[in-house]
Amino acid sequence: MVQNFTLGRREAVRSLLADRKDLLVVTGLGSASYDVFDAGEHPGNFYLWGAMGGAGMVGLGLALAQPKRPVAVITGDGEQLMGIGSLLTIATKTPGNLTIVILDNGHFGETGMQVSHSGLGAQLDVIATGAGFRSVTEISDIKGVNDYRPTLQRIDAGPRLTRIRIATGHVDRALPPRDGVFLKNRFRENLGFAVT
Amino acid sequence: MNDVAVSDDAKDDTQAGQSWPLQIYKTLKAHGVSQISYVPDAGHSRLIELSHADPAIQTTVLTTEEEGVALSAGAWLGGDRSVLLMQSSGVGNCVNMFSLAASCRLPFLTLVTMRGEWAEFNPWQIPMGKATPQAFEIMGITVFRLERPEDAEEVISAACSLAFESDQQIAVLISQRMLGRKKWTETK
Repeated sequence: MVQNFTLGRREAVRSLLADRKDLLVVTGLGSASYDVFDAGEHPGNFYLWGAMGGAGMVGLGLALAQPKRPVAVITGDGEQLMGIGSLLTIATKTPGNLTIVILDNGHFGETGMQVSHSGLGAQLDVIATGAGFRSVTEISDIKGVNDYRPTLQRIDAGPRLTRIRIATGHVDRALPPRDGVFLKNRFRENLGFAVT
Repeated sequence: MNDVAVSDDAKDDTQAGQSWPLQIYKTLKAHGVSQISYVPDAGHSRLIELSHADPAIQTTVLTTEEEGVALSAGAWLGGDRSVLLMQSSGVGNCVNMFSLAASCRLPFLTLVTMRGEWAEFNPWQIPMGKATPQAFEIMGITVFRLERPEDAEEVISAACSLAFESDQQIAVLISQRMLGRKKWTETK
């Protein structure tokens, strides 16, 4: 059931975040956090180092609080699978400014590359459609990523979900800051909230 | 408490004499709460209706309680104050997600209607009901009790201040004795 995809995860995320403008980014724990950090440190990034299954919901709370700003959740298939019900919750709120990006290699990369439900055949794009996402996309090459990039800037017609099929090859870790209080204060200060 | 704008739906409640959910609603409004998420519970039903009727509150129904912990985190990152409503049976679902609030020292407030502690009919509610205070406390969350309707404003106001002004994680347990017995037979 596991298929071979060749798109590099770092290349894909660098392309997504090129010229990001006002985009706010929440990352799911594990490799997605490393990929976003590797693409360029930014105060509008909030990296999760835990809270598995919660990235999408952090993104929803943020998107509802900041409806004029585009919000992207960048996470892995394993992280999203743990919070699969949150796709239903997100869809009911129809946040126009929210996009969920799933970097899907069909494996739990952080824990020894065990095959995930996605690798065993579960179709996250079909699940998102069934949950009520307004826009669902599947991408498996860099041209698709480049073409999708402007979509991340939209603040209407969401929520969107895009499943990016990436290669399973080893990538060295790139470790973002992991002090949660620092990440929180930096993120809020960047939005104009005083640290008190 | 300052006067706050409340929906027409809310105004009917005063005459109905069921004022504690309205007191909670008005207190949350006075503290600037603009997002409420919930897994439904009969004890929270009036507050849930008031929240849905208020266009100034983003009200989100959840598939499981830990979603609300993560939602509250995102809301605060974006400048909103959020409150999670649940029943005691859902507290255990949240335990790992509470790490998010602790690690980031995030304001967190949840209002929990208790089951399994007073005149309970369903024995399956009792284990989680008994473990609810400890489940919060092992994760570093401060537990308040709301035992009497007349204390609603004071307790909820204190909880809001601790959460949103002192960056604390607070659970208010609303006693089953105060909520009353669940009716298990329909009246025809």
